[in-house]
Amino acid sequence: MLKAVGASSVEEFFSDIPEHLRIKGLDLSDGVSEIEALNEIDSLAERNVQTKKMDWFLGAGAYYGYIPAVVPTLAGRGEFLTAYTPYQPEVSQGTLQAIFEYQSMAAKLLGMPVVNASHYDGATALAEAVLMAWKAKENRNRILLPVDLHPEYSQVIATYCTSFNIEFVQYEGAPESAPVDEDTAAIVIAYPSFSGEVYPIKRAVDRAHEMGALCIVHADPLMCAIMKSPGEQGADIVAAEGQSLGNPLNFGGPYLGIMGTTEALVRRMPGRIVGETKDKVGKRGFVLTLSTREQHIRREKAVSNICSNQGLTMLQTCIYLATLGKQGLREVAKQSYDKAHYAAGLIGGTAGYHVRSSQFFREFLVETPKPAARIVKTLSRRGIMPGLALSRYYPDRPNELLICVTEMNTRAQIERLAVALKEASK
Amino acid sequence: MRDEPLVYELSRAGRKGCSLPKPDVPEYAVPEDLAREGLDLPELDELTVVRHFTRLSQKNFSIDTEFYPLGSCTMKYNPKVNEVAASNPGWRNLHPLVGDEYAQGALELMWRLQEGLREVGGFAAVSLQPAAGAHGELSGVLMIRAALRERGAHARKKMLIPDSAHGTNPASCTMAGFVTQTIPSGPDGNIDMAALRAALDETVAGIMITNPNTLGLFERNIEEICRLVHEAGGYVYGDGANMNALTGIFKPGNSGIDVMHFNLHKTFSTPHGGGGPGAGMVAANKTLAPYLPGPVAVKNGDGYTLEMPPKSIGRVKAFHGNFGVLVRAYSYLLMTGANGLRRVAENAVLNANYLKSLVEDVYPVPYKRNCMHEFVAKGTIADGVHTLDIAKRLIDYGFHPPTIYFPLIVQEALMIEPTETESKETLDLYADALKKIAMEAVAQPELLHDAPHNAPVARLDEVMAARRPILCYRG
Repeated sequence: MLKAVGASSVEEFFSDIPEHLRIKGLDLSDGVSEIEALNEIDSLAERNVQTKKMDWFLGAGAYYGYIPAVVPTLAGRGEFLTAYTPYQPEVSQGTLQAIFEYQSMAAKLLGMPVVNASHYDGATALAEAVLMAWKAKENRNRILLPVDLHPEYSQVIATYCTSFNIEFVQYEGAPESAPVDEDTAAIVIAYPSFSGEVYPIKRAVDRAHEMGALCIVHADPLMCAIMKSPGEQGADIVAAEGQSLGNPLNFGGPYLGIMGTTEALVRRMPGRIVGETKDKVGKRGFVLTLSTREQHIRREKAVSNICSNQGLTMLQTCIYLATLGKQGLREVAKQSYDKAHYAAGLIGGTAGYHVRSSQFFREFLVETPKPAARIVKTLSRRGIMPGLALSRYYPDRPNELLICVTEMNTRAQIERLAVALKEASK
Repeated sequence: MRDEPLVYELSRAGRKGCSLPKPDVPEYAVPEDLAREGLDLPELDELTVVRHFTRLSQKNFSIDTEFYPLGSCTMKYNPKVNEVAASNPGWRNLHPLVGDEYAQGALELMWRLQEGLREVGGFAAVSLQPAAGAHGELSGVLMIRAALRERGAHARKKMLIPDSAHGTNPASCTMAGFVTQTIPSGPDGNIDMAALRAALDETVAGIMITNPNTLGLFERNIEEICRLVHEAGGYVYGDGANMNALTGIFKPGNSGIDVMHFNLHKTFSTPHGGGGPGAGMVAANKTLAPYLPGPVAVKNGDGYTLEMPPKSIGRVKAFHGNFGVLVRAYSYLLMTGANGLRRVAENAVLNANYLKSLVEDVYPVPYKRNCMHEFVAKGTIADGVHTLDIAKRLIDYGFHPPTIYFPLIVQEALMIEPTETESKETLDLYADALKKIAMEAVAQPELLHDAPHNAPVARLDEVMAARRPILCYRG
């Protein structure tokens, strides 16, 4: 090969690099075999606690749910796994049709006319939604945020918006009591809130619209299988974390940022979108579309710098929704709901514990008789992960525990949790 | 290939692809004001799901099935062992909020990967937070913004971007509140130094440099550029999209770059997944390291913790980065090692120069230099034939087209990156196809204009798709 190029050594190709900057080698070990690499990685993996080996009640934005066997099997096919962004549609119809199907199913679930091909995660989707709404309301500068929003989501919004002069105002409690006014570009509603409370949002949405503001809903997409969707209650933009729809926990990523909007706002929405069209003989096909919003066409005038979607996690969710379907998804949601309410009943009846949430889906807040962090520690030694001690984010709230129950939890596990909590209160 | 119906068209009432255990707790009613009626999802049995998605997959070109020389995208082989490593239940079933003491293995993996990438790049510190290359860019320019503000240099709003840069560079600057100024390339394909000097005034925040640039050429004046920008009071951002040309040969941190992202889904072989997820770790020198996004993994004695860098720009996503992608990258780093990483760069550059030598007589290459890991040629092979036609005809020969019409500064551009994992035989076959297409372009141009002939669909009407958008199923 060198001869064909007319070079005497590979070194010649690097002659443009100033000689004093060319290094001799890296201060790393040399490569190892497959056996050694897997042994090394497996030994690291063993040093983590696993949901499956405990009674697991920790959620808080990342959920332990069942993933049907077909999901990873199909999504792991090399033809999906090792394809690039579908810029050449004729040889990417598999990816493109799957995105279109995901967009269609996610749109129905959220009740929105349009869902895009996805963002990095729920937090970045929400941050992008805030920027989108702020830009859409040119003469308004205020964004209302709920106090009870996932703290990490609030932090991501702060990072994303730091360069713009946006005024953030926090509101407490029901969104319909939020101070929406003529300077408000948008109100963000958490559906449910971080601590699990589900407020009906229709009245808040109507009020926002009366004042000329947009309404952004951060939704739990699984909850939407049995509770009113944000779309049917009038939301303008929806951001959601799709991890619990068929993606493993993976220590926090990769997850799935679901984003949907109305037809009126679609050309302002950041993120890839797939549309249906025809080829020259009239056969149906799919393409990336509305790309004049995007960085590779508009460069500095693009609506965002985003240049990818969460292809594989989106595909997992697409296959998950298709597999469970209309009945199955409602069953997963309803079982989670029933089990969570059963757990709340037991724990609420335990001396020293008070359930603080009134309407909730699968996660509820409990006031504990002793510091929640200590209870977590005690119970995890017994093989129970009872939830999130809120002191992780709020040091001034030591006695609050956020408990999550999913379709994975059995009645026996729930009863063990209640007994263990009772014992821990002594 | 026959049409594959949509999942909604395959739906039959009452079917379900997976069942749950029977309920073991009493039922609780959802309050009326919250309850949802109806859910319009499809109903499929499991086998229908399996056949449907298997058939869809067969409509894709992929690295596993075809040569895929997309310029700047580094479509190299993604080792299967990485998938096995990432599928360990110790990762899959690890909750992000368990607390550091319950996730020591994960934190150690993150720390080791940070250390490895720091060494490869020649930087002081690394954050694995960003979820993609563009996300790393946004992090990097926000770090520059934070450092400028701390210096009181609020008026420095101008970011310089070479005209060969990816579109994400200027778009990231806008998201960080900067205005961009384009710096032209000179006749050698590198940054025009006179134009750069002229742009360096007291409003300069910095410059974003991709090296090797998107023409596949090394910025020979990289040290001088960094020195000039620093003297003018700005910072240098390095776009590491093309890092597979340099691993083990050159450390960007040594040349004066302040902050840089690597695309782990390119250089470190994690699969592209039809669009993602990627991982865009960001690295910085001593000056900018305190501003890195967090949390990052820190080693304390025998244990590991997650901590925020002291002046961090904050979080750019929830939790701790695209961890599943990081496991794959770490697996690659372990198996490739110091010796292998150098071979990566050598083979990437050898393959690109070899392929260039095979086709440059037919497809003009505008810059007469050795290329790095990729090269840009022109599709000006016959009157009335365009780069798009060549790209579509390549599909008929069983090859994925190269990146086309980019970089914008080369007309009718074909940007070809063979990558280091391809054999000489594959490169020869590809060159043969390109040469045959050049002959067809003269003798039978309609073969190109009507291509592809064998794909699942013919050329699609993209104008109609954008004018009257159909973005979800309307059954």
